[in-house]
This record gives sequence, C-alpha cells and structure tokens, in this order.
Amino acid sequence: MNLLSKNIFISLILALIPAACFADWELNLPRGVTPFSQDIYDLHMYVLWIVCAIGVVVFGAMFYSIFVHRKSRGAKAANWHHSTKVEVLWTVIPFAILIAVAVPATKSLIMMEDVSNADMTIKVTGYQWKWHYDYIGEDVSFYSTIHKDSNIARQRGAELDPFDVDHYLRDVDNYLVVPTNKKIRFLTTAGDVIHAWWVPALGWKRDAIPGFINESWALIQEPGVYRGQCAELCGKDHGFMPIVVEAVPEADYLAWIAKKTEEKALVINDSKALDQMNSIVLTEAKKINSGE
Amino acid sequence: MSEVATHHHDDHHGAHATGIMRWLTTTNHKDIGTLYLLFSLVMFFIGGTMAMIIRLELFQPGLQFVDPQFYNSMVTMHALIMIFGAVMPAWTGFANWMIPMMIGAPDMALPRLNNWSFWILPFAFTMLLSTLFMPGGAPAGGWTMYPPLVLQTGDAFPFLIFAVHFMGASSIAGAINVVATVFNMRAPGMTLMKLPLFVWTWIITGFLLIASIPVLAGAVTMLLTDKFFGTAFFSAAGGGDPVMFQHIFWFFGHPEVYILILPAFGIVSAIIPTFARKPLFGYSSMVYATGAIAFLSFIVWAHHMFTVGMPLAGELFFMYTTVLIAVPTGVKVFNWVATMWQSSMTFETPMLFALGFVILFTIGGFSGLMLGVTPVDFQYHDTYFVVAHFHYVLVTGAVFALMAGAYFWMPKWTGHMYNETLAKWHFWLSVISVNVLFFPQHFLGLAGMPRRIPDYAVQFADFNMVSSIGGLGYGISQILFVIIVVKCIRGGEKATDEVWEGAQGLEWTLSSPPPYHSFTEAPDPESITGGHR
Amino acid sequence: MSKSNITYSNADYYVPDSSRWPLIASVSIFAMFVGGATLLNGANIGPYVLSAGFILFVYMLFGWFGDVIAESEAGTYNGQVDVSFRMGMAWFIFSEVMFFAAFFGALYYARMYSIPWLGGAGSGGATNEFLWPEFASAWPLFNTPDSYGFTQFKEVIGAWGVPFWNTLILLTSGVTCTWAHWGLKIGSRKHLIAGLSVTVILGIIFVAMQAEEYRHAYHALGLTLNSGIYGATFFLLTGFHGFHVTMGTIMLATILARCIKGHFTHENHFGFEACAWYWHFVDVVWIGLFIFVYWV
Ligand code: HEA
Ligand code: HEA
Ligand code: CUA
Ligand SMILES: [Cu+2]
Repeated sequence: MNLLSKNIFISLILALIPAACFADWELNLPRGVTPFSQDIYDLHMYVLWIVCAIGVVVFGAMFYSIFVHRKSRGAKAANWHHSTKVEVLWTVIPFAILIAVAVPATKSLIMMEDVSNADMTIKVTGYQWKWHYDYIGEDVSFYSTIHKDSNIARQRGAELDPFDVDHYLRDVDNYLVVPTNKKIRFLTTAGDVIHAWWVPALGWKRDAIPGFINESWALIQEPGVYRGQCAELCGKDHGFMPIVVEAVPEADYLAWIAKKTEEKALVINDSKALDQMNSIVLTEAKKINSGE
Repeated sequence: MSEVATHHHDDHHGAHATGIMRWLTTTNHKDIGTLYLLFSLVMFFIGGTMAMIIRLELFQPGLQFVDPQFYNSMVTMHALIMIFGAVMPAWTGFANWMIPMMIGAPDMALPRLNNWSFWILPFAFTMLLSTLFMPGGAPAGGWTMYPPLVLQTGDAFPFLIFAVHFMGASSIAGAINVVATVFNMRAPGMTLMKLPLFVWTWIITGFLLIASIPVLAGAVTMLLTDKFFGTAFFSAAGGGDPVMFQHIFWFFGHPEVYILILPAFGIVSAIIPTFARKPLFGYSSMVYATGAIAFLSFIVWAHHMFTVGMPLAGELFFMYTTVLIAVPTGVKVFNWVATMWQSSMTFETPMLFALGFVILFTIGGFSGLMLGVTPVDFQYHDTYFVVAHFHYVLVTGAVFALMAGAYFWMPKWTGHMYNETLAKWHFWLSVISVNVLFFPQHFLGLAGMPRRIPDYAVQFADFNMVSSIGGLGYGISQILFVIIVVKCIRGGEKATDEVWEGAQGLEWTLSSPPPYHSFTEAPDPESITGGHR
Repeated sequence: MSKSNITYSNADYYVPDSSRWPLIASVSIFAMFVGGATLLNGANIGPYVLSAGFILFVYMLFGWFGDVIAESEAGTYNGQVDVSFRMGMAWFIFSEVMFFAAFFGALYYARMYSIPWLGGAGSGGATNEFLWPEFASAWPLFNTPDSYGFTQFKEVIGAWGVPFWNTLILLTSGVTCTWAHWGLKIGSRKHLIAGLSVTVILGIIFVAMQAEEYRHAYHALGLTLNSGIYGATFFLLTGFHGFHVTMGTIMLATILARCIKGHFTHENHFGFEACAWYWHFVDVVWIGLFIFVYWV
C-alpha cells in the first residue's frame, strides 16, 4: 500500500511538470464567452477528471503489481483466474459512471439544440476559400477572406515571417460584427464543398453543407474579438479560411449596421451612376461613329 | 496417394515451386503469412515516410517544404496506407501464421483463396501509389473521402475508387478464410471455449470485415457513379445528401477501427499470461466482451458526425451507445490487470510492448470516451485532440500490439531468438518518443488547432515542434526493428520449442521453426487445455 | 505425448498444390481496373487494357475452376474440404447481402430523411425556406430541388407491370432450381437437367425483360441514371441486381453443362448447391427490390 500511494504521488508530480513549465502555453479548452461554451467547458473538465481518476486506479494497480509481483523479487504466481463477483462489480461501476456523464451531457445538448426565440439571424455560407455573411432582415451581406498579411506570409518562400504578422492565419479583411447579449441564430451552409464554421469561444462548430442549412445559436456575454477557422477539410486552402467575430454592445452594433447599409446603398448608387455614364458614352460614341 | 500419412507432408507436395515462383504461387499458410507480414512492414515504412513529411511541414509555422495540396495528399495517403496497407495486412499475416498452429490444423481452410487475398494487395497498392504521379495529384480529400470534395480529385479519382474495391476484395477473402478455418479446421478436442483469445478476436474481426467492407465498397461505388454517370446520391440539387455518404462510410468506418484493434486485444491476452506465469483472468468474459464490442460497433457510427446537424434524438442515441463501449473494453483492461495481480512477472520485450499497450491504449480509450460526449465533441471535433486520440489507439494500440506479437512469435517463426538488448532499446525509444509525438497533440487540439492543415497560427508553434521532434525520434527508432528482424532471420541463438517459460498453447508444441505443414497429425485432444490453461 | 488415433492424411485433409491462378486473377483484375480507370479519364488506351484484362480474367476463370472441377471429379476432396467450400460460399453471399444493404440504405435515407428535409420537414425548415423555397418533398421525386443538369422523367415504372411478371419469373425459377436439386438427390438425370434448363431459361427471360424495361425507361419515360436521386437509386439497385442475375445465370448454365457431362453425384455436388444458394440470394434481393423500389 505504501508503494501504491508513493506511485500515485510520483505520477501526480510527473503530471504537474509539463503544466508548470508550459504555464504560458495554451493547454486547455477556452472557457468561452457564451453560456453554452461555459457549460461545455465544465462538462469537459468533469469528464477529464473522471477518466483521470479511473486512470490513477487502473494504472496504480498495474504499477503496483509490476513492482511487487515480479519474478525477480521472488514473487510466486497464484493460480486463480476467475471471480464472478469482481467481474460483475467492474461492469456495473463503469456503467454507473457513464450514467453520471450522460445526464449532464443530455441537458447541455438539449439546451444547445434549442434555437427558438432568437433575436436575430445570420446566414453563414462557406466557399472555397472564404466565408459569406448575410444578416437576415438587414440589407447587409459581405465576404470575409484571409487578411492579406497572413496571405503573403503563408506562401512558400515568403519574405514575411509568420511570427511578424499579427494574428497569423487568424485574421480577415471583414469582421463579422455582432451585438452582445442577444440570442443570435446562425444558419450555416456552403456553396461548393463541406466546410465547418468554428469559433472556439462560442463553444461549438457546425458543418456547412452544400444544399442544406444547419441551425445553431450563440449569446455572447462579453464584447471582444473572437477568432476561429474553417474546421472541415475543404481543399487546398482549408487551412486559410479564418473567421473573426467582433462582439460589440448593441448600440455600436446598430451604428455599424446603419453604416454598412449606407455603404451598400452608396455602392449601388455608384454603380447606377456608372451605368448611366456608360450609356451616355455609348450613345455619344454611336453618334460619332454614325458620323452625326 | 498414401493411405495414412505418418511421414512428413512435404513429400506429397514436394511439387511446390522454388525461387520466386514459390512465393507467387504458394498455398502454404506460413509462406502467405510471411508475405503478408513483409508487405505490411514495407507499407508501414511508406506510410511512415509520409507521416514524416507531414511532421516536417508542421515543424514550424509557415509553408517550408510542400504545397497545401500535396500536404493534403500526404495526409490522405498516409492514413489509407497505414490502415489498409500496414495494420490490416499485418493482422491477416498473424492470422495466417498462427491460427492453423493454434487450433491444430495443417493449413488454412481455403489455401488458394488465401494466396489470392495476399496477391491482390501489391496490385491494389500499386494502383493507389501510382496516383502520386498523376495530373491533379494523389487523392487529397482525407481518408474519409467525403463528397463533394473528393469529387474534385483529378485523374487519381477512379484509381482511388478501384484501389479501395480491390483491397476490400482482399480483406473479405482473407476474413472468409479465417472464419472458415476456425469453424472447420479445429483439431478434435479444440472446442470453441478453448480457443486461444487471439483466435476468438480474429473470428469476430472476420465477421466485422465481412459485414462492413462491402458497405464501403457500396459507398465508393456511389462516389464513382456520382462523378462519372450523373447520379445524385450526394448532391442536394438532385434530392440526395452529402451527409448520406458520411453515414454509409462510418457504418463501415467505425467497425473498421475495431477490426484494427480486436486482434491486438487477442495478442495482449496471450502475452500477459505468458510472462505473468498465471492464467488469463476471466477468459469467458473476455470472449463475451469482444462480442459486445463488435455488436456495439455497428450502432455508434454517427459519433464521427456529431457536427453535421443530426436531429437531437440521433445525437443522443449515438452518444449513449458510444460511451457504452467503455464497459466491455473496461472489462478487458481490468482482466489484464487482474491477470498481473499476484503473478510472477518478467519483462521481456513482448511483455514490455504489451504493458505499454495496456496503458497507452487505455489513455486513447479515455480520450475516445471524452469525444463520445456529444456537446463537448462540438469543440473537439476535427481538431488535433481527435488526432491524438486515434494515434494513441492506433499506434500505441494496434502497432504496439503488432510489435509485441512480432517479438513474441519471431523465435517460433525463424527458429532463432532475436537480440533482446536491441529489442529493449527499440521498446524504450519507441515508448518515450511516441508520447513526445502524440501527447502534446491533445493540448494542440484543446487550444484550437484544427486537423488537416499544412500551416497553423503561431500560438501552436511550440507544441508542434515538440511533436515533430518526437515523430522523428519514433520514426528512427523503427529502423531498429528492421535491423532486429533481419538479424533474427539471418541467425542467432537457437530457440527452443516452447521459447518462453510460461508459454501455453498448441503453437509451442511444434518445433521452432515449425514444419511446413503445421499439424499433419491432429494433436492429442487431452493436451488441448485451452488458451486460458 | 501420447499418440492420438486421429491422423491427418490426404484422405482427411487436402492442401492443394501451389497454383498460378490466384496471381493471374489479380493481374487480370488489375488490368481491368487500370483500363477502366483510364477509360473513365478519357484516355484512348483504356478500352484495350480493359479488354485484355477481361480476356485474361475469363481465361483465369476457366483455368481455376477447371482445376477445382478436375480435382473434385478425381475424388481428391473430402468432407472437410466440402465444408470449407460451403462456409466460404455462405460468407461470400453474406458479404454480397451487405453490399446491397448499402444501396438499400441510400434509398431509405433519401426517402426518409434527405428529401423530407429539403422539403422543409423536421429540422429542414431553414433549408427549405432559404435554399429551396420552390421544392416540395415527394416520392417518386419528379421534380428535383434544382432541375438544372438533371433529366426530367414523365413516369416511373409501376410495380404491377413488368416487375410483377419478373417477380413471378424469379420465384418460379427458385422452384425449378429446387426441382433440379431434388432430381439430383434422387439420382434422376432427367429431372435434374430439365429443372436446371428451365431455371436458366427463366433467368435469361428475366434479364431480357429487365433490359427491355431499361430501354423503355430511357427512351419513353426519360428515367435515367441522371434523373436525380430517384433515377440513381432505381438504376443502381436494379442494375446491380440485374448484374447478379446475369452472373447467376452464367453460373447455372455452367452447372447445367457439367450435369450434362455427368458431373456431380447425389451426395457430392457442392458446385451445384453453391450456385443454387446464389440464385436464391438473388431471388431474395429481388423481393426486397420489388417491395421497396417498385411498390411502396
Ligand atoms: C483502433 C482504433 C480505435 C479505437 C479502439 C477507438 C476507440 C474509441 N473511439 Fe475512436 N477513433 C479512431 C480509432 C479508434 N477509436 C479513429 C481512426 C478516429 C478518427 C477517424 C477520422 O475522423 O479520421 C476516431 C474518432 C473517434 C470519434 C470521433 C471524433 C470526432 O471526429 O469528433 C469518437 C467520438 O465519439 C471516438 C470515440 C471512441 C470511443 C468511445 C472508443 C472506445 O472504444 C474506447 C473504449 C476504451 C476505454 C474507455 C478505456 C478502457 C476502459 C476502462 C478502463 C473502463 C472504465 C472507463 C470508463 C467508465 C470511462 N473515436
Ligand atoms: C494505423 C494507422 C496509423 C499509423 C500507424 C499512423 C502513424 C503515424 N501518424 Fe498518422 N494518421 C492516421 C493513421 C495512422 N497514423 C489516420 C487515419 C490519419 C487521419 C488522416 C486524415 O485526416 O484523413 C492520420 C493523420 C496523421 C496526422 C494528422 C495530419 C493532419 O491532420 O494534418 C499526423 C500528424 O502528425 C500523423 C502523424 C503520424 C506519425 C508521426 C505516425 C508514426 O507513428 C509513423 C512512424 C513510422 C515511421 C516513421 C516509419 C518508419 C521509419 C522510417 C520510414 C525511417 C525513416 C524515418 C525518418 C526519416 C525519421 N498522422
Ligand atoms: Cu473551408 Cu475548410
Ligand atoms: Cu468511431
């Protein structure tokens, strides 16, 4: 027994060493900024501790016999090879543990699948290799592609060093701006192959499947910039279609929407003006050609 | 022909060819087993070289060595070659060598079919590897071949599909042979509940193969017709669904992962009692647990697709069935530990690999269990956490068990002891480097690194570098294995028939190396005490 | 170790000599695959390689089965080999069942899930609203979500025409096959050959009617492989079945030829039985097709 506890002690120390020296490295899931992501984080830690505990028991027993029941220490082998009692026991106990895992997991899942009563809807469409965002009910929609610095640095033999780029491979030209504390319904789909829209801070990823729409939701509690990327192999530039979500207070969001709507109107007006000019030029040209 | 063959069987079949023709046309289970094992070793090195290219590119952020498209090809080919070329043929090789000897038979039930199932493989893999040189490059859509992406493959596409058909035919033929052998060729007195566990796990594996590989064949056939004949199985525009492919694929794919691990359970169940000098604990519960795992493996497939947007009821169902697999697998792990308890252990290389297997496979099982919890899998899915999970079960699981089995039976096969010192080096180098290689990948995944990317954000740089260093170490360590095998074939200390002090089972009653036709006379029924003593 | 009184010998166990046929089989299939693949990729040599492979394959079939038949007729096989063959065939048929299961699964999935979802049922609400607002779920699916690139069809093949007659034909052929078996078992060559001939003829009629049905579907109804998921499942299921019937007919014809030559005895006729099993399997698959593809 003495040895057993010593083993457990040693393995715990060993487990802590990496944690200590990699203190500033990211080692774990982010807690995230939605109620759902925090549930998931808790569930993750809960299951992790359970398996660690089982591991300590199982590996502890194993190391104990490795040290104690070795021939070189003169151990004599017993001859028993059956015991219905313990076999039932170690069928039933894991089963009970699994139920203890399944119950909270079921609760979280039910909550996550409930997309009703959303305050707003954003349609996300994946393309090779960019994202398109569509604010349903607003006149705002745009593409979002990898930021040009990252795009330069990622080329083979690039002069620019990835370490010199801010948010290398995690930055885009147009951010997805959303309000905080609103239940946002996301509709994910794709235009060519399957992609997956994933921002870890929101707590989930969802496949974007051509021809079908998947629904998910998020309610972001803290303003901030959250980064993620495509999480389903979608061809050569799969690694290069990042996602950036900027959560801002509602007032700022509304201002942003207004600005975007206006910009779009301007663009449309501009193109109308351009069309008019073109047709004037054309008619003039015709006139000249026909010698008038 | 002689009435009662009391003399050596070779005399009847002295006609067997020599030289290269011997290997091309052989119907002998040992020859075919050897072919399988050598083939799988070659494939392990080819697939491993691809893994080294992957790790090399991931050594640092930024693209240094390969283009993204080629990187994706390497990932895809690495997986296909390791699974279909290295691990599966290795298990069939073990089955060929050992099963007739373990059940007291002269050979396999269908020897010519046996030759065929091997001689498909070099051709199938020639087809697959030739795609590396084709316009548009080798397949790059992942080993899971999801449409629509895989339909963008260039000239390689039909070669990929036909290569999968071809390997599938080989696996099915091999599996049928094993099942027929075990059910039909057992020596008198070798009842089912006396079968060594390796044989048991292999029949159940055989059943999984026969039931699941044809489904893969169907799935890739639909890909082929979608690409070339205008069908719309996987296109929403025509009323189909890309996700339908995933369902069909994983209906094959999940049983497939147990195909890769069940024989490993069998080998470990043979090795631990031998070096513990104590009977295996809970023989019959081992058999039932294997059966339960096999059954469950057919109803858990959608745990690979929790994020595709299944209805809630589906997600719950697949979560429950998935975590349930922990129960029978746990029974196995506990039984192994109980076998060690109050035993008298020694630690020769097969035992070391087996013990490494028990611990590291269990760690892989634990991460599997975490993945099975649907809401959390929404975070884990398609990250390096998954990559870490499956390399723990595949490399420190399946491959470690293969190594254990190879060291365990190599003296029987060759008649020589391998070099124990070198082998211990092989184990210790492997077990350390493999953890350096794959353990940090858990952290990478949790921190948000997706899988199947050639380049990554800089916060992942440190762990990737550690992992690549481990990868290089693990790769180089495997060269030791080849050296040991070659030395052992060439010569070495003469092995006794029993080889290991605690060895149990019919294969150890034959000479080392065994005669060309294993049991030309059925062994004494009295001497058959069963794999569990 | 005491000697047991059971010994293996050639009388008990038979390990065939080394054989070149498996290797030739692999080479021929390899050639067919490579030829087929290059053909699909549009290369000119494709058809030649494919045909060469096919010829070699047929040669191999004659050679391999020829060897087996010769060995069997020479009495080299014993009860144990026979059982091995039986198990091999049974498990092979099981693997074929699983192959069909994949296609039945696809049909089930399309009808129960993907089409209703596209039409807005269940979790498909947003899918229908945003992507396919015009689309209504239906089976047979005359109007695919997007008609572009798909062949529209006017009508499907109803269950109670040709398919019904084909069902009767196959069921009858199952009976005649059993009739032949019975003839073999009582040692009546007359019954055997008559039963088997009728079975083969019924098989040929079935394939012919199926071919005519396909022609009708393509030309008159516009139902093709390219007619969305309906055409895809219809033609792949019935097509693979038709292919299996063709193979089964060829197998039975071979057996018929062997019977005429006087092969098989009333207790030793595994070759016959294997083909009969295969034929019954093809029959059962057809019942599934009739119910799920044509009828409901
Ligand atoms: C040998 C192969 C092998 C094996 C044995 C397993 C075993 C398991 N796997 Fe794994 N898996 C793969 C190979 C394998 N897997 C591969 C290749 C992939 C990726 C495919 C791809 O996408 O490319 C994958 C992916 C994968 C996923 C999908 C992840 C994702 O993509 O999001 C999931 C999710 O549920 C999963 C779960 C499991 C579970 C629950 C087990 C269980 O069988 C594990 C059971 C074992 C234990 C739990 C440990 C021992 C038990 C005890 C000591 C008892 C007590 C324990 C408890 C009560 C917890 N696996
Ligand atoms: C049985 C199956 C098996 C085995 C044995 C392995 C073995 C290894 N795998 Fe593999 N792997 C898979 C199955 C397997 N893998 C699967 C299914 C995937 C998913 C694919 C997909 O996403 O579609 C995958 C994906 C995968 C990835 C993820 C790629 C990505 O998502 O982008 C990585 C990255 O590190 C990796 C690494 C390795 C390494 C380093 C080994 C090592 O263990 C290999 C060690 C062996 C050798 C190295 C060969 C021996 C030695 C030499 C050749 C000598 C020369 C050596 C040097 C030059 C050092 N594998
Ligand atoms: Cu888009 Cu990966
Ligand atoms: Cu699985």
